[in-house]
Amino acid sequence: MTPTLQAFLIVSAALFSIGLLAALSRRHAIFILIGIEMMLAAANLNFIAFWRFAPPPHPPTGVMIAIFSIAISAAEAAVGLAMIIAVYRHYRTTNVDQYDQLKG
Amino acid sequence: MLAAALAAATLPNLMHAALCLVLALLGLASFFFLLGAEFVGLALVFIYIGAVAVLIVFTILLTRRDLGSEHGFKWSGVLIAFAVFGGLTWAILRTQSLSIIPPHARALTVKRIGETLMIGYVWPLQCVGLLLTAALIGALVLVMEEKR
Repeated sequence: MTPTLQAFLIVSAALFSIGLLAALSRRHAIFILIGIEMMLAAANLNFIAFWRFAPPPHPPTGVMIAIFSIAISAAEAAVGLAMIIAVYRHYRTTNVDQYDQLKG
Repeated sequence: MLAAALAAATLPNLMHAALCLVLALLGLASFFFLLGAEFVGLALVFIYIGAVAVLIVFTILLTRRDLGSEHGFKWSGVLIAFAVFGGLTWAILRTQSLSIIPPHARALTVKRIGETLMIGYVWPLQCVGLLLTAALIGALVLVMEEKR
């Protein structure tokens, strides 16, 4: 049997919630970035699932959005990790609770 | 896949969590293959596992001195995540029009993706290229040693 659209959406919702959990409850800067990546990946799964289940003459719009979103999340990861390293040099820690002053 | 994602979110050891993230992304790529989007699945494997995961591991190694210290865990985040998951699942299960099976579609070849990218999506493609260049330069500037 083929799974329905609901199954994919629930998997995507679960992945999004796990990413949200990682981003909200961990105090480590890299974990927060991992959580954001997971949430973006869940959104991609939603785009692909809705594209696949659309009625027949479907142009590959969902796939295009997913490709662009992957590219943008790669850029975001590069800048985010560079920021973590830059702040780490200054504070010698990666705990976001101790970043209490980010002024030049 | 979801178990690996949960492990990536909750494991105390950062390196194990990064490896579990790789596992979770492999599971996600298999979902993409299942949905008939082979190109996106391959792109996910190449970009996330080939580039982003390696970048995360490098950052973990560069900020290694901090690993021993205790990082707190906020339980309110768990509560919020469960509330969001419950709300989303409730909404999905209540919507009747979502329990459909996929229509038969002609295969999405890489050739068709390339044609669509080059005909309808030229400007977004150029913008993404510019964004990636700007992000790389920005990342380099951020980690450059400050002159004293």
